[in-house]
Amino acid sequence: MGLFILRRLGVMLLTALCLTFIVFFLTNLYPNLEKLAKTQGNFRMSDEAVASWLGDRGYIDNTFVKYGRWLGVAPGWVTEKEDGTVTGQCFDEDMPVEERPTFCGVIQGDWGFSLVFKDEVGSLVATRLAATGKLMGFVLLVMVPMSLLVGVLAGMREGSGLDRSLSTFSIATTATPEYVSGVIFIAVFASSAFGLKWFKGSATQAIENATFENFTLPVITIALYGMGYIARMTRASMTEVMTAQYIRTARLKGVSFGNIVLKHALRNALIAPFTVIMLQIPWLLNGVVIVETLFNYKGFGWLLVQAAGNNDIELLLAVSVVSVVVVLITQLISDIGYVFLNPRIRIS
Amino acid sequence: MEPLTWTGPIGQFLDPVLYVLAAIFAVALVAQIVLGVATGGARVTTNPDGTLSSAGGPYDLAATATRWVGVGLVGVVLLYILAGVFGGPGMAGIIGGMSQQLIPVWVALVLTYVLSIRYKRKLGLYGKLFDSTVGMIGFALVMFWVYAGVMAGLFDWITTHESLSQVSGMKNKVPGTPLRGAEEGEYAWYLLGGDNLARDVFSRLFKGAWVVVQIAPLATLFAFMVGITLGLPAGYYGGRLDTVLSFLANLILAFPVILLFYLLVTPEIVATGIPNYMATVLFIFPLIFVAVLLNSRYYTQPSFRTPLLIVVLGVLGWIYLSLISDGGSKVAVLPEFLDLFDIDPGILVVFVSVVFVNAPTVFRIVRGLALDIKTRDYVAAAQTRGEGPWYIMLWEILPNARGPLIVDFCLRIGYTTILLGTLGFFGLGLESESPDWGTTINAGRRLLSVYPHAAIAPALSLLTLVLGLNLLADGLREESLKD
Repeated sequence: MGLFILRRLGVMLLTALCLTFIVFFLTNLYPNLEKLAKTQGNFRMSDEAVASWLGDRGYIDNTFVKYGRWLGVAPGWVTEKEDGTVTGQCFDEDMPVEERPTFCGVIQGDWGFSLVFKDEVGSLVATRLAATGKLMGFVLLVMVPMSLLVGVLAGMREGSGLDRSLSTFSIATTATPEYVSGVIFIAVFASSAFGLKWFKGSATQAIENATFENFTLPVITIALYGMGYIARMTRASMTEVMTAQYIRTARLKGVSFGNIVLKHALRNALIAPFTVIMLQIPWLLNGVVIVETLFNYKGFGWLLVQAAGNNDIELLLAVSVVSVVVVLITQLISDIGYVFLNPRIRIS
Repeated sequence: MEPLTWTGPIGQFLDPVLYVLAAIFAVALVAQIVLGVATGGARVTTNPDGTLSSAGGPYDLAATATRWVGVGLVGVVLLYILAGVFGGPGMAGIIGGMSQQLIPVWVALVLTYVLSIRYKRKLGLYGKLFDSTVGMIGFALVMFWVYAGVMAGLFDWITTHESLSQVSGMKNKVPGTPLRGAEEGEYAWYLLGGDNLARDVFSRLFKGAWVVVQIAPLATLFAFMVGITLGLPAGYYGGRLDTVLSFLANLILAFPVILLFYLLVTPEIVATGIPNYMATVLFIFPLIFVAVLLNSRYYTQPSFRTPLLIVVLGVLGWIYLSLISDGGSKVAVLPEFLDLFDIDPGILVVFVSVVFVNAPTVFRIVRGLALDIKTRDYVAAAQTRGEGPWYIMLWEILPNARGPLIVDFCLRIGYTTILLGTLGFFGLGLESESPDWGTTINAGRRLLSVYPHAAIAPALSLLTLVLGLNLLADGLREESLKD
């Protein structure tokens, strides 16, 4: 088991390195850099001015070197201008020469500086991530119990009216992406056209002060799309368990139906949904980006859109590191959890 | 001219009926579900002659009520549509106007269903679809949008106005608003209202359907070609090839889709030509697939194989080259006079990124299926006969994996539609005046709390299309499991 986890961690690290390198490469292509120089400097820069602006800040160097700098395994850039002033990646001008560090990258804990927000990337990502964490927490709180309930009720008696209506409901939710359900919810519950102004169509205030009124719609919108899939998987697992031999034995012994479902079937039926729920979390991330844009909730997804839209390289890299880590860790947890939950695998 | 109401004069009689039926239906459905949980569902009694009959009781009563009231509801909706077909907007309001515009679609749908049900025993899996209610409903929803998209896009039939023309005074107008000073021969209403640039929402909706109907199935098909061509050898050979390919697939899957779209579809990246190079790589997979498919089958008859391959690959290669080479872009291998068609660069980029995102999932499915099927006896038999590995993969394993693959194909078209909408929602790829649904939702969401109609129409259309594809996949899965 230890070796398995170690190997998975190794693959994780390799994946994270590859992915960040791809992001790094794509954001550092020359047209992107040119746009960056023009937005940071001024829009009427000549080509030479752009080149020298980029050269002074170490953007023209080899991509691998630049990537090494970001990681913190290559020394940061230092430029000495003709008038003798020295600028560098790792120090301010007024820092004494002997205290200036050579390396400043992710390994040293320095995530860089966001050019759009004019702030440290580390703290920026941390605050936004906390906001999204709140949203995700509420989503999971709504989504998981609801979807398990729907799945178990549907799978309890395969082919019954209840099963058919709940299955149709779960198919309908998987067919409704967040930008569709969000638009419909806002139109119905928050617009003047239908007159039901029960909720608010914007969740901007929910970051400091989440209330029922401003937080319900975003949470429901994300939860609904993820719910259908988990419910269908739970239903499949439940119907499989309900046809197992030991359930038939229990029935023949005269155990009541409620007891069969709650005491005998449920525990075995919930192993598969656990994996599905864990694997669903990276998908929620996608929904989070859409919903945060739609409801103007300034969290991690909103940050991703801002960073990507403005080619804010270091912010974008930090954002992709976080999302890749989320994906890989949930995969790891689902694998390990599955082994722990399922004694049949653990023994063999 | 008076503004149209939703159901027009006929609604005065039919609307109350519809509301009452819908209320009864809802009550009966809830009663059925509650009674189903409480009493344990339908009870049957065994008759002395061995047949079963329903024992009656409250549950059965509720079930019967649900069924018949449901039929009644469908009937009333059909009445609205029929009234619209014959009476138009004057008789059945906005619904009537829309249903009159959609007459060609109704005709095509009815023809499809009559022919398919008539000959369903001769049509294989497609015919079996018509044994499942869920599958039929799904297929109807899908075909509605396919017919509507093709007719609006190719023949200009359904639409009432130009999708880009702006009419003064129609900005953000609610559904059913008459045009001010409509001239002779011009359609007199904006059936679903005007958007924030005073364009007709109804016409844009169906023009947008054409964009979706064009891109989604084709992109899914390409993703399947890529996934199959790489997934079969990965599953069949295993070993290092499998490790490398699986790692790459997981790498792409670990990317948040939206970040990937932002990285691939921004104008700066398009300027570097990366999407064109990716298109060059991705679009060659169908060629490889077809070449290997034919070669593995006919390599024992070189006199037949060689001309066949030359013709097929020649045609496909020409299409491939004209697809990837584009006047202004980085990849221009084909001279202008040989270039069959030019794809709009925006559409090409969208197409490439959607294929790129979908292919790894298909790869994983195909690999899993190949791993499972390669242990079967008929594969061992083929190996003993001395068949080559590619023959076994493409002519033994692939046909036997078709069931899950067809089901997944339907689901994946739906997913691709959702992805296309996502791209439009973030304003990536297609131009901002493009009528496709995602872009329209994006344009409409700014005024959502005041004028929701411009965003709701494409949102509901996307919902019904994807729902139809999901139901179709469900029906197909059910029917293919029956053999």
